[in-house]
Amino acid sequence: MITGALIFSAITITPILAGTISKRREKEINPVITNHVFGLVVACLLVLTTIFISLRYGSLQISWATAWNALFDYDPTNQGQIVVRELRWPRTILGLAAGSCLAVAGALTQGITRNPLGAPGILGVNAGAAFAIVTAIYAADIVTPEGYVWFSFFGAAAAAILVYSVAHVGSGGATPVKLALAGVIVTALLGGWTTSLLVLDQETLDEARFWLAGSIASRGTEEIAVLFPFIIIGLIMGVALGRQINILNLGEDVAASLGQRTNFVRTIAGVVVILLCGSAVAIAGPVAFVGLAIPHMVRSLVGPDYRWILLYSLLLGPCLLLGADVVGRIAVRPDELQVGIVTAAVGAPFLIYLVRFTKLSEV
Amino acid sequence: MNSLAIITPSIQSSIAVITGLLITVALIRLGDQIHPRFLTIRTRRLSGLVQTKVIWLTIGTLLAIIFLIGVGLVVGDYPIPASEALATALWDRNGEYDFIINSLRFPRIVVAILTGMCFASSGLIFQSLINNPLVSPDIIGINSGAAVCAVIILAAGGNIGYLPWAAFLGAILTAGLIYVLSWKRGISATRLVLVGIGINALLGAVITFITVRYPIERVVAAARWQAGTLFGASWDDVRTLSIGLAVLLPTAFFLTNRLRILQLGDETAITVGSTIERDRLALLTVASLLAALAVAVVGPLGFVALIVPQAARLLVGTVTGGVLIFTALLGGFFLLGADLIAQRLFAPVMLPAGVITATFGGPYFLYLLARYNRAT
Amino acid sequence: MQHKTPPPQTFTGKDLYLSYGGPTIVEGLSISIPNGEISVIVGPNGCGKSTLLKSLARILIPISGSVLINGDDIQSRPTKDIARQLGLLPQNPRSPDTIIVSDLVRRGRYPHQGIFSQWSKDDEKAVKEALATTGLSELSERSVDELSGGQRQRVWIAMILAQDTPIMLLDEPTTHLDIAHQIEILELLKKLSTQNGRTIVMVLHDLNLAARYATNLVAMRDGKIMKGGKPEDVVTSQMIHDVFSIEAQIIKDPVTGSPLCIPLPPQ
Repeated sequence: MITGALIFSAITITPILAGTISKRREKEINPVITNHVFGLVVACLLVLTTIFISLRYGSLQISWATAWNALFDYDPTNQGQIVVRELRWPRTILGLAAGSCLAVAGALTQGITRNPLGAPGILGVNAGAAFAIVTAIYAADIVTPEGYVWFSFFGAAAAAILVYSVAHVGSGGATPVKLALAGVIVTALLGGWTTSLLVLDQETLDEARFWLAGSIASRGTEEIAVLFPFIIIGLIMGVALGRQINILNLGEDVAASLGQRTNFVRTIAGVVVILLCGSAVAIAGPVAFVGLAIPHMVRSLVGPDYRWILLYSLLLGPCLLLGADVVGRIAVRPDELQVGIVTAAVGAPFLIYLVRFTKLSEV
Repeated sequence: MNSLAIITPSIQSSIAVITGLLITVALIRLGDQIHPRFLTIRTRRLSGLVQTKVIWLTIGTLLAIIFLIGVGLVVGDYPIPASEALATALWDRNGEYDFIINSLRFPRIVVAILTGMCFASSGLIFQSLINNPLVSPDIIGINSGAAVCAVIILAAGGNIGYLPWAAFLGAILTAGLIYVLSWKRGISATRLVLVGIGINALLGAVITFITVRYPIERVVAAARWQAGTLFGASWDDVRTLSIGLAVLLPTAFFLTNRLRILQLGDETAITVGSTIERDRLALLTVASLLAALAVAVVGPLGFVALIVPQAARLLVGTVTGGVLIFTALLGGFFLLGADLIAQRLFAPVMLPAGVITATFGGPYFLYLLARYNRAT
Repeated sequence: MQHKTPPPQTFTGKDLYLSYGGPTIVEGLSISIPNGEISVIVGPNGCGKSTLLKSLARILIPISGSVLINGDDIQSRPTKDIARQLGLLPQNPRSPDTIIVSDLVRRGRYPHQGIFSQWSKDDEKAVKEALATTGLSELSERSVDELSGGQRQRVWIAMILAQDTPIMLLDEPTTHLDIAHQIEILELLKKLSTQNGRTIVMVLHDLNLAARYATNLVAMRDGKIMKGGKPEDVVTSQMIHDVFSIEAQIIKDPVTGSPLCIPLPPQ
């Protein structure tokens, strides 16, 4: 417990201290990676490494050999191999899926809202899913993963649609500022109702609090398998929207004069965000900052071209999510920290660093 | 759990709520008819300019509060005849209703008014400083700072007596941290909001951590605190709040002028002789202290600090000292009303007041936003 | 209008080095603003005219050098004192939502007010006269958002008038205004200078209007003063060539007699 607290504090405080002590000037965005074949190969290698780390590390000590054999030379009697195959492998798959979805959705949100602080959470997705789940638990006693999946998916979608509709009122359609404002209110509103339900019924609270922490543990892949078509479609469409987002980012007037139907593109992107976020939240619960941090880091590596930002986000998102999950497994061994907690703990200092040391457009 | 009980409010309370809304609308209409618009006050030592509308609205709100106090004393699980209720509250300590009135209802009523005043005035200062209708004291971490401390104490089973002090300290320290982290040759509203988001998320992670690791019975108490409730309000709370308000509200009143100058933008403010960073710091401090005080006593009753200043602005326009007083009283009225509704609407189930503020506040806010969008 | 403080005798900038945190925009510039006259600063984009004005108004603190009123560095005096001597109309002033005209003009009285004195007889008189001078008396209860661009600009000028300072600085007060409103504002400023003896310093982008209304014209380029003095002395083809890098012919305005610059088409 003490070690956990120490690690936790270290992760949190270091970036803030580093940021305040160093005297860096405001950074220009200069792409570091221009050779994308090289870059993508490195990214894929990173993903594979992360997968192996995820299989190898955890509360139970497993050797590399055991992990390798669990996948390719399965021996059902070896306890270590069972853990890898039955627990960690599904967990890794879920982490990959959720990580990619969140990162790509985050990049898309930043592209649509033209706001470097865009994260899927601002569109009310997390709050909507949470409210739907808590209502389901309260009113209908749903406690199984299959049940959760559909409720959170549709809750997320409903909230995002509400945000979008409110932002759409008035001239100009759903402009970035109006989207952000509407998102904040809907999130606060749904959050208030969710808290009320949690407070009214102790059993609901007991059941919901683990889901609300954001976790990829103890969920099987079969139940979530229904979402895989959505995820695949969402990811493909998301990456394919890269070129359109580039044009959208030239500004409303310029994009329109280049012949783009900006509202249509934003709507399609919005639908993709809903698909991806809805799935991610259904799989892992509300996990913060992956959608915010990955696109930023990617952008500082590959520059402002969204075709590459989306692709690299797809690959690097899982690395962050699984990485956070592994940290959660080790930090307070033999207990676990939920992945949502770790990402928030790491993401916050990152955000503060961004604010202090880079130029951000006005919110 | 019988879900149906939740959905059917009693007829009596529904009528009360609707009547209240109608009266409010009528008052608003009346307010627009008042002339002359300004009143000059000049004595030997002081001079000032007051909007007559503000004077009338303030008096009206004060009367409304007194009316609600009466309602609150009389109405409840044990209805008490009005004359007896007033007698017991004001002078007769030995009546048969003494416990209900003087230990349960009266302190709760007064705490509702005082915390409403704190929240509303704090929200007004934040919204005027940051010139954004969606801003509330929460952006500077008051709610999450207080929540972290409160949740730790409740979950870990610490001494409940320390709870308000710990919550207050947590709120203030968090506000200070956010302020320091967003300071870069001065304070910009954007940086403040962003750093606030980061710190709030961080503290949220800590709260989540505690929520999943402690036994459920403890966690329920923590969750209940986080919803914001006036249950268990005592005369000690009244004393703390009164002292705090007595110091902070007049200070805020005298700082209103500097606030009005800051609203003109940094460049103009400097040229009319404002010391912008010092003034901003002073105003943020007073506003944070007001909010922290209220949150420490009743938990994060969000939305009061968000909606009430907006409503006040719709009625009276830009901020002045008088508007500050009016907004504070309006906040007291609103929270008292919300608490009474929360207690009686779905009787005998008692909801936390935070539910009512969220339920009415949220849709009202979406409506405000849609209207604002349509107009621009 | 009565001035509470005696008007300053000298207003100078000495050896100013100015920057916004990056490259130096103005280097080693010295300027002396003549008392009671209309000084206009002109120059190409990015020459530092707004920067200079901001440093004169103490919004921008010089890296080195100082701005002096009657020999005192303005950074060393309390800012409210300076506010009673100097008023500035910035380039894109921002007004809070729903504010009404009289409220905005009233806020200009801040440097004259104390904690208990929020609406003295002087305050009331100053605001009333400011509104009358700018022709806004009928509009005083209207919301500033509802007014036209020209009217809004007049409200800000009224605010500075209410501030009642002997020196008035204005940063591009006529941008975004149509010709009628431009002339209206400039005539008002001329009246304030000649009838009330105020010192006016403005940045204008229109060279011809500047030549017409200025009694002291200052031409800047690349952070330095190229030429300063009476308009008829300053506005020459040579100056236009040096400062604006175009060829022009100068004639005498048939109505006002001030120099009129006619740019020649490029060869």
